[in-house]
Amino acid sequence: MKCWVGGLAVLGPGLPGWTGSEPILAGAQPWMPAEPAVPAPAMLPPTERRRTSLAVRLALAAAAEAAAGEDAAALDTVFASSNGDGAVVGAILEALSDPEGTISPTQFHNSVHNAAAGYWGIGVGSTRPSVSIGGHDDTFAAGLLQSAAAVVARRRGLLFCAYDAPLPPPLAAARHTTIPFATAMVLRPEPGPAARAALTLRYVAEPAEASPPGEGLDALAAENPAARALPLLRILARREAALLRLPLLGDAHLEVAVEPC
Amino acid sequence: MHPLSITASSVVCALGAGRAALRAALHDRRGGLRPSGFPGAPEGIWLGCVPEVEAVTLPPALAGFTCRNNRLAEMALTTDGFLAAAEAARERYGADRVAVVLGTSTAGVEETEQAYRRRDPASGALPADFDFARTHDLQALPRYVRARLGLRGPALAVSTACTSGARTFLEAATLIEAGLADAVVAGGGDTLCRMTLHGFASLELLSRGPCRPCAADRDGISIGEAAGLVLLERAERAAPDTPLLLGVGASSDGHHMSSPHPEGLGAVAAMRDALASAGLQAEDIDYVNLHGTGTRANDAMEDRAVSHLFGDRVPCSSTKGWTGHTLGASGALEAVIAMICVEDGLIPGCLGVEQVDPTFRSDVAIANRAAPLRRVLSNSFGFGGSNCSLVIGRALS
Repeated sequence: MKCWVGGLAVLGPGLPGWTGSEPILAGAQPWMPAEPAVPAPAMLPPTERRRTSLAVRLALAAAAEAAAGEDAAALDTVFASSNGDGAVVGAILEALSDPEGTISPTQFHNSVHNAAAGYWGIGVGSTRPSVSIGGHDDTFAAGLLQSAAAVVARRRGLLFCAYDAPLPPPLAAARHTTIPFATAMVLRPEPGPAARAALTLRYVAEPAEASPPGEGLDALAAENPAARALPLLRILARREAALLRLPLLGDAHLEVAVEPC
Repeated sequence: MHPLSITASSVVCALGAGRAALRAALHDRRGGLRPSGFPGAPEGIWLGCVPEVEAVTLPPALAGFTCRNNRLAEMALTTDGFLAAAEAARERYGADRVAVVLGTSTAGVEETEQAYRRRDPASGALPADFDFARTHDLQALPRYVRARLGLRGPALAVSTACTSGARTFLEAATLIEAGLADAVVAGGGDTLCRMTLHGFASLELLSRGPCRPCAADRDGISIGEAAGLVLLERAERAAPDTPLLLGVGASSDGHHMSSPHPEGLGAVAAMRDALASAGLQAEDIDYVNLHGTGTRANDAMEDRAVSHLFGDRVPCSSTKGWTGHTLGASGALEAVIAMICVEDGLIPGCLGVEQVDPTFRSDVAIANRAAPLRRVLSNSFGFGGSNCSLVIGRALS
């Protein structure tokens, strides 16, 4: 299964967008931990913009950066998140456990897992199909696999975005996500002028060998499901060839062969 | 798309466990909605509750997955011979060539709601026995079904609000088309929980009685719970009478988070896309199973969209008067209903509707009709402007 990756985005601690992060991901500049500035989505009307949560802001910022220079409204989309909008879900759970608690209509429609995808469609004026998925710790690999399958099966360009934000207490103790992180990439069925690398993907029904815990920038991977993208993002930043194995479902993995264009 | 055979299917909803209970209730026009007895539900509403779901136990090795949603999945797995059909597919293709793609909007959040009621009064911490990954997490449902069936193929949790169950048919077809799987267990499951009940109450969208889709005096939705499972495979080797997934279409409204586009542009796009993917024209459709939730806005929008494509030539109806709106499971449940309609030549007229909204232009059935049905279009629409339509029927020859 082969597709080509074009526009890229990343947003996380010390990773302020793809352009600013590329030399850091490539190892040419040191990584300095810093709270990421996650912009309010300029694509939404001001009233909506102000109310967007961190999870939606992360997703829209990454999606917009990866699709910059593209006809964004023409791209099918895959939005992958483990926790969805955990802040909204957590607030609703609090309200439900409080006899005096009430849920607002806005809270409720923002609690759906495809809220970020919905705001993307509104923001860029797209009527193209969009799917939102979850995959716990393997959300990035599951989303990449399904995105590549869609590109191969439907022969169309696609925008894949993976994002997650920390959960509020008490959920935070039950689900380890300590940092905000988002990444996005445009995938195409053939090489083009914007192609950075070809990805050849294979689902392998055997567990991947456990990789040792990373240090510095690489340690972020353990802190957010979307940050499990870091090994792939680093290879893409270095414009190197590599064979990566991303764990899936405990007993399988996604093999990703990267060849720079 | 290449048609896929629906080799096996199973369903659990307010009408009971299994296709036979659903089929009999559709023919006899017996609905499954009852006044709510669900703990902590808003006052004065009716629900489509699955009988006996609390009594279901999961196999001991998978007991950690226990929550209402996985209990419902277990009921569907052990109904209608689904377990045996999935095992046969596993033997035929190999465990790593059978994928699982399941939709849910809230997964096991009902378990989380219970955990919140058992919080440590001092620290606010959730109880130590709360298993987030195997209950609350969206992936809990496909992970459970994959483990229960001994499968080793890809597994995906789809969560696109009320299109989740329908959308899994598209993602399943994608996996088969891309060569990642030879068979896919698709469908969805969603359970009653206070989050959705109070959420829809906050939007003032809950009916005071059993919902009456397309009625002149409709006043909102009745929420139900359901699980629907299908086994999809390439159609080439299918027996002649096997029901087929002929086409799937999807679109986004790009309009509003919780209100459909008033003219139904997204709905029209999804239906057109489904027809195109099946290589069919509007006149090839014999019945439309509407999303038909019973809200003022959805049903009016859907009538505009359906009449735009089909005029008043194609009978249409919603079956949510029987089952309630089963949210992320509704697309899967209604795909099974579409199969029953094709098999039996049945157009199940909307239940409990005395007068169709006089502004509607499509042919809304409010009594059961008998007619040969070759192909049924099934609609699902959801929050976030998500739309998905399926074409289910017999081979084109």
